[in-house]
Amino acid sequence: MNYLSIFVLIPLLMLGALWLARDIKQIRGVMLTGSSMLLVAAGVLTFLYLQARSAGNTAEMLFTDSVMWYPSLHIGYSVGVDGISVAMLLLSAIIVFTGVFASWRLQPLTKEYFLWYTLLSMGVFGFFICTDLFTMFMFYEVALIPMYLLIGVWGSGKKEYSAMKLTLMLMGGSAFLLIGILGIYYGSGADTMNLLEIAAKGNIPVEQQRIWFPLTFLGFGVLGALFPFHTWSPDGHASAPTAVSMLHAGVLMKLGGYGCFRIAMYLMPQAAEELGWIFLVLTGISVVYGAFSACVQTDLKYINAYSSVSHCGLVLFAILMMNRTACTGAVLQMLSHGLMTALFFALIGMIYGRTHTRDIRELSGLMKVMPFLAVCYVIAGLANLGLPGLSGFVAEMTIFNGAFQHADPFHRTWTVIACCSIVITAVYILRLVGKILYGTCTNKHHLTLTDATWDERTAVIILIACVAALGIAPWWISDMIGDSVVPVTELFTSKF
Amino acid sequence: MDYSQFLILKEELSLIAVILILFIADLLFLSPDAHKHGGKPVLNTFIPVALLLVHTIITIVPGPEAEAFGGMYHNAPIQSIVKSILSIGTLIVFLMAHEWMKLPDTAHKQGEFYFLTLCTLLGMYLMISAGHFLMFFIGLETASIPMAALVAFDKYRHHSAEAGAKYILSAMFSSGLLLYGISLIYGTTGTLYFTDLPAHIDGNPLQIAAFVFLFSGLGFKISLVPFHLWTADVYQGAPSTVTAYLSVVSKGAAAFVLMTMLYKVFAPMVEDWQTVLYWVIIASITLANIFALRQENLKRLMAFSSISQAGYIMLGVISGTAQGMTSLIYYVLIYLFANLAVFTVITIVALRSHKFNVEDYNGLYGTNPRIAFLLTLSLFSLAGIPPFAGFFSKFFIFASAFQAGWHLLVFIALVNTVLSLYYYLRVVKAMYICKSEQPIAPFRSDNYTRIALVTCTLGIVLLSIFSTIYETIGNYAFGM
Repeated sequence: MNYLSIFVLIPLLMLGALWLARDIKQIRGVMLTGSSMLLVAAGVLTFLYLQARSAGNTAEMLFTDSVMWYPSLHIGYSVGVDGISVAMLLLSAIIVFTGVFASWRLQPLTKEYFLWYTLLSMGVFGFFICTDLFTMFMFYEVALIPMYLLIGVWGSGKKEYSAMKLTLMLMGGSAFLLIGILGIYYGSGADTMNLLEIAAKGNIPVEQQRIWFPLTFLGFGVLGALFPFHTWSPDGHASAPTAVSMLHAGVLMKLGGYGCFRIAMYLMPQAAEELGWIFLVLTGISVVYGAFSACVQTDLKYINAYSSVSHCGLVLFAILMMNRTACTGAVLQMLSHGLMTALFFALIGMIYGRTHTRDIRELSGLMKVMPFLAVCYVIAGLANLGLPGLSGFVAEMTIFNGAFQHADPFHRTWTVIACCSIVITAVYILRLVGKILYGTCTNKHHLTLTDATWDERTAVIILIACVAALGIAPWWISDMIGDSVVPVTELFTSKF
Repeated sequence: MDYSQFLILKEELSLIAVILILFIADLLFLSPDAHKHGGKPVLNTFIPVALLLVHTIITIVPGPEAEAFGGMYHNAPIQSIVKSILSIGTLIVFLMAHEWMKLPDTAHKQGEFYFLTLCTLLGMYLMISAGHFLMFFIGLETASIPMAALVAFDKYRHHSAEAGAKYILSAMFSSGLLLYGISLIYGTTGTLYFTDLPAHIDGNPLQIAAFVFLFSGLGFKISLVPFHLWTADVYQGAPSTVTAYLSVVSKGAAAFVLMTMLYKVFAPMVEDWQTVLYWVIIASITLANIFALRQENLKRLMAFSSISQAGYIMLGVISGTAQGMTSLIYYVLIYLFANLAVFTVITIVALRSHKFNVEDYNGLYGTNPRIAFLLTLSLFSLAGIPPFAGFFSKFFIFASAFQAGWHLLVFIALVNTVLSLYYYLRVVKAMYICKSEQPIAPFRSDNYTRIALVTCTLGIVLLSIFSTIYETIGNYAFGM
């Protein structure tokens, strides 16, 4: 059996074990074992991948395998990874692992919660290992639907509205996506669903690409919070329980960026070059608008959700610059944003669990009350605004560096506009940190609160370690990514 | 005379044998004072289920393509497959009818239920294998008239009797239209044999009129949009078990017959019927979805859902290809399992609480987690969400229409899946999220119902993983 199938098999086994689990201890045991196995598997995969690359294996994808499933439609279970997927798998494994700790004490219906949570992670892992259009789309949808119940049942606030809005908008996106996939399949001669083979043929007629590229990009873009289809994201994130916000903002939104890159841009490069400017404008708006919106929000989760819109917009923005540096930056940004936003949501969840409010007007002076959480919050904030030494700086620096290499004045103008978001980010992060962490604690009730428990500390420390590691030593992972974006970027004729 | 010809009709003969055995058994076991049995079933569910199971098993392997009675009857392997699917559906309906059959009102009429249901099934068999319009019409009527009796089966319930009257009136009207269409065809071509007809069909105005009449007649059966007005009332009024049968088996048979007729007989008029179908599909899917959004009664909601599903089924027809036929049959198979599971849950909940509204299901997960979970799976399958089989069947049917070039139509259908997700999720939301003062009390269903539910669930979950069924259907399917 192929090594990659482990990433689908472990969640499947976890589902079975959860089904049989009788009490909370067994449920926790299953989740802990399963998610640490996934983490180990992802670590081993990264190691094996780097080893194979340094041994001189230059194939586009490694660990490839393909099993025919529905031969009459050329649907297969095809797997394979390159540097981008390895990075994404590692990210997903880290966030799934920390998410388990973040929902350690979740009540009620713990078993059902973890069942849907595991199904969600199975979808995510499946999506990143697959190279078959149909199977990818299937896993993509598998990852979407558990969100409805996870938010609807275990969420807070106007959870029913948010859950329905999120599900319907994302499913609407996948309607675009499905027609795009059918267009790609039939446009390329209807003899394979494997995206590597479709890319190798590169025979989708340009006039068809002009139709299917926008649909596919839009379909994935909805999940990547592309303006004006981002409105599900603030509501959804604000209502979701902590671990679901982490997983959703940290990993699920990356499915959008990954899909845009791997399917829309890779398979339809001519149309991407012709029509990319439309989406560049939209993503530019996402970046700036998201940051401005975050400035005026009063709910901690809304602030972070709009900040996610801004940062995920930057991912799509960088992808559309179509050169090696910018695309590497995009993947780095996916990693960095995934880690720090998960960290943010975890911390917000922990603060909310104690203060029972997320309104920044009611919070102040938390540094004295819960020093551990507060310090971590400051670190997350600094990573978010791009402090050198943390992951945000590396990613954004690479993106803007790459984006400015694009010689076209139009692209350069938008790069300058997008750069403004860095300043705005600093505004809302520093304002937020100053407001809720420093000063005197005005609410007497808050003075009695306790600091983080061991399971919360575990989750937070792991995430901070990853953010710092990515910020201090980015070269090994950026080399791995950089080599893997080349097959896509070399399709574009635009000069650096 | 060569009696071996009868062997070609082995499916029909075997079904007739089942009907006769049940009929005689019913007569023998039924004592004169059956009404005083106090609700104790006379014929146990076991006998009809076992007989039908044997029938399904011995006819499941398709025979070779053959004709009987000078071409009046024509059977190909693909028809046998559809018949097997229909009898599996009927089998599940029999299983889920068990609890209903134990009620005092229905217990003494148990034999009649099986007899009538199997008669409609026989009618569908004949309709599917017809090689001649008269044969087709006889089959259709055999399927329709007992159906009206079934719809009015709970005759002491006002709604059921009313639904029966509505059904028989609309059915007769549509049969009238159908006959008129057939007579126009005969008038313009001088033959009613399916094999001879394509040579005479050239799309002149009379034939177009004939097609429109025929289409309306079948459209009524499938409940496509301009002919759907009876659906919601009849589905709501009829006993839930009969509604299930009506929404799955009857609809599936009619859809398949319409497809073979369009592929074979009306092949020369392909542009005309594709245009008609195009608008009918858009109307069916969209209107039914919009109506379903606001329904409070779960049975009415499922009625509108089944109209929109009929629109999706027709996407397989419009392509006119073998792939379209394969995906249509596969779609019907998956739809059968999912829809029957939903109706089984509706039936067993209604038998205990007499509740049909969506909000009555509030908090069902808290009291009956397994039932709620199964209902969720089947609703997800109906909405086309992976990893359930409904996703696969929807994908295949979209792919077949897309391949034939109906891009915009597929897009409209896809947007509609999002709409439909809203009302399916409403039910899920009621069960999992909404709180209720008086939730449906915890209950245990009996073994027959459980078998029905488990069969449906296995169908929903496993059929997608194993591609053999889809590929087998694909081996026998034919295009225009």
